[in-house]
Amino acid sequence: MTKLNVNGKLVSLDVDGSTPLLWILREQLALTGTKYSCGIGICGACTVHINGKAVRSCIVPVSSLNASHKIVTIEGLSSDNNHPLQQAWKQLDVPQCGYCQSGMLMSAAALLNSHPKPSDADIDANITNICRCGTFNRVRHGIHLAAEINQKLNGRRS
Amino acid sequence: MNKERVNVSRREFLIQTTVVGTGFSLGLYLPLFGGKVFAAEGSAAKAASPVKEVDAWVVIEPDDTVIIRIARSEMGQGTLTGLAQLVAEELECDWSKVTTEYPTPGENLARDRVWGDFATGGSRGIRSSQQYVRKGGAVARQMLLEAASDYWKVPIEECHAANSVITHLPSGRTTTYGKVAAAAAKAFPPEDVELKAPKDWKLIGKPVKRLDTDDKLNGKQIFAADLKLPGMLNAAIKACPVFGGKLKSFDAAKVNKMPGVHKVVRVNDDAVAVVAETWWQAKTALDALPITWDKGPNTKVSSASIEKMLVAGLTSDKHVFVGNKRGDVKHALKGSVKTVEATYSYPFQAHTCMEPMNATARWTKDRCEVWCPTQDGMAALATAAKAAGLPITQCDVYKINLGGGFGRRGFQDYVTRAVAVAKQLPGTPIKVLWSREEDVTHDFYHPFTKCKLTGGLDAKGNLIGLHVRISGQSILASLNPKVKKTGDMITFQGLLPDGDHAISYTVPNLLVDHAMRNPPVPPGFWRGVNINQNTIYMECFLDELAHTAGKDSLEFRRKLMGGHPKSLAVLNAVAEKAGWGKPAAKGVHRGLAVCKTFGSYVAACAEVSVDAKGQLTIHRIVAATDPGYAVNPQQIEAQVAGSFVYGLSALLYGEVTIKGGAVEQTNFHNYPSMLIDKMPKVDVIVMPSGGFWGGIGEPTIAVAAPAVLNAIFAATGKRIRRIPLKHANLRTG
Repeated sequence: MTKLNVNGKLVSLDVDGSTPLLWILREQLALTGTKYSCGIGICGACTVHINGKAVRSCIVPVSSLNASHKIVTIEGLSSDNNHPLQQAWKQLDVPQCGYCQSGMLMSAAALLNSHPKPSDADIDANITNICRCGTFNRVRHGIHLAAEINQKLNGRRS
Repeated sequence: MNKERVNVSRREFLIQTTVVGTGFSLGLYLPLFGGKVFAAEGSAAKAASPVKEVDAWVVIEPDDTVIIRIARSEMGQGTLTGLAQLVAEELECDWSKVTTEYPTPGENLARDRVWGDFATGGSRGIRSSQQYVRKGGAVARQMLLEAASDYWKVPIEECHAANSVITHLPSGRTTTYGKVAAAAAKAFPPEDVELKAPKDWKLIGKPVKRLDTDDKLNGKQIFAADLKLPGMLNAAIKACPVFGGKLKSFDAAKVNKMPGVHKVVRVNDDAVAVVAETWWQAKTALDALPITWDKGPNTKVSSASIEKMLVAGLTSDKHVFVGNKRGDVKHALKGSVKTVEATYSYPFQAHTCMEPMNATARWTKDRCEVWCPTQDGMAALATAAKAAGLPITQCDVYKINLGGGFGRRGFQDYVTRAVAVAKQLPGTPIKVLWSREEDVTHDFYHPFTKCKLTGGLDAKGNLIGLHVRISGQSILASLNPKVKKTGDMITFQGLLPDGDHAISYTVPNLLVDHAMRNPPVPPGFWRGVNINQNTIYMECFLDELAHTAGKDSLEFRRKLMGGHPKSLAVLNAVAEKAGWGKPAAKGVHRGLAVCKTFGSYVAACAEVSVDAKGQLTIHRIVAATDPGYAVNPQQIEAQVAGSFVYGLSALLYGEVTIKGGAVEQTNFHNYPSMLIDKMPKVDVIVMPSGGFWGGIGEPTIAVAAPAVLNAIFAATGKRIRRIPLKHANLRTG
């Protein structure tokens, strides 16, 4: 039995340990927001967070994980589309086909965790997701806008 | 343009059968994660509730929700929102209550093709349906007005519709669309309707937000690859890697006992699939399956052998077709003071949609249903019926939003595959999902072409003769063998005498011809199709001519564009905005390109720098588009910037090579795509001049690459004629 912590819930699974996390999420837990596209850890469509860091889930065997790893998928990014990135994405109409956007958002969210006010160079270095529709300029704009929204929220809180 | 009066055909609006929804024999209301109810297509949802269909395009619920039917496919290009804007403009409904649904191709067939063409390609989604969808909105509005006036027993002329509210003007009484929709559905459609004059548009031309964004932000958007039907099994597929090869045999016994495996099946005569509980199990077993291929006749075909054939075509007079001819080029070139000659080369390219090819099918001896991300629902239906061996009336296709299309999903091979597998497990829905490796190695590739250009200048440096000889594959010939005898006009995109893909210049003596050379690699439509390389050929060569003539490349072009005012206008617009003729930042150099394609006029000015090590930076591209009418300017901006990512990825890296009759590339590590760090700033100028409807999704892709190549020449003095740029050494000194 493999025990995982996914979006704050503990789940137990009887699966082959070599199965990539991506396929556990998609086929065992019905979390299909995390996408398959390359299967070799390049394109980023399968990006999820493990302990707050962006990880390509298509190359993470489930045997390497246990309940101490906090896994967050796009479905767990926010309760009601209210993550600052989701707000920014909506405001700027970022997605086109949308297939890469779960991974794009999860990469961007991890970036904002480590760099609350990322520079363009930070974005270039950390957002390595492929988008064939070509949403990059709105993605960049969206990350900056989300950082501003975050700053406003934090200002209000303090 | 003034108001348009449009005759309403009775046939289109009177066939209000109840077929909507009934084609959905599985009755699938799928509880998905998060508790959201998912009907594989919206129309099924209404099978359960009375259909308030006012006309074929408009359904209005009692709560005033407006459901607009969309026949074309949404693949990211924003067509769904744009088409809804067109209908809503005439419907005079409350935009905030608009939602959309796809009618199924089977319903379209049953209703005498009331929704017209489903094909979504060639940047036609809006421009070729704009009139009848606006009419659909206008007719529905009239029927709603009629229902209200009947109810109030007042003349219809005294009623006014706006924002989903109908007002009886003399009395001030009001009602809503939702309240009269049921009565309107029974009303008699008007004999004819008047469409608004463009100056009266309130929604067309406005940068409204897309209707399909929310679910793309939280993982709720279901793509076909995500589909899960009750009892569904998953299949992984492998086709013979060599084009034209066959499946000889496989040893199912070796994998039958692997976890989850249900069956190993032959698919058509050239592929094998493993059907299992999960796709990962299917793929794992397929990777372990011993397979023997009959590689067929093409094992000696390589990129080098194809190139040899294309080079021969550059000077041959066999199988040559003329696309554009004016004056006497031979004579003009002979009389030239200077002649310039250059040969360009543009490779095979794969589409690599982010969502790999897939389809889900369920087959019984009486019925076949397919769920798929297709750019052409009607073609998918015909393909399903053929593969199923059933009458088309016993089949249907449920379209699911596409994770990218770019022309790849105009072909329906994944439907054939899914039905072929499903047929071997009757009654069980089977999802056939290709691995990325299958997707890259079994595409319909952007054709490999070469082009030899010869230009002649007179003593004053004017272009007096130009011969453009293209050599390469015809996409149309692969679909219709007759084209091998008649020629393929789309090989001349951007170089034709007139029409949607007309040349932007008047050259006194011109010959554009094509030596058709068809290697055994399946060709396909790839965002922009042949305009991509044709614009590189033409626009880079014009720069070469301007350079030889010692003239500024903008001035050199302008001189040839007197008869092409709209092309000139977009070129002038980018030149002005970019500051052509004024100094750029230190180390930054500019390049221009212009073309007319898919009915729109587009131009670009690129700004690049190349450092001493040969590292290229594309700083900015200024792009102008004149699409006649601009339905949603902010989506046009997104399409322009997006097309540059697709086009520049091709320019920088995009090359599929052939060895032993098979594609050598397999995934994004050896077929890369541009990332955000290479993305230039894009300044978009949308300048609709009115009076025509041009395309949006494709045109600007064509000008990105040549503008960048011309800027690279300005920066380095190096003329890159072989694409992609990864082969070029840009190092100077």
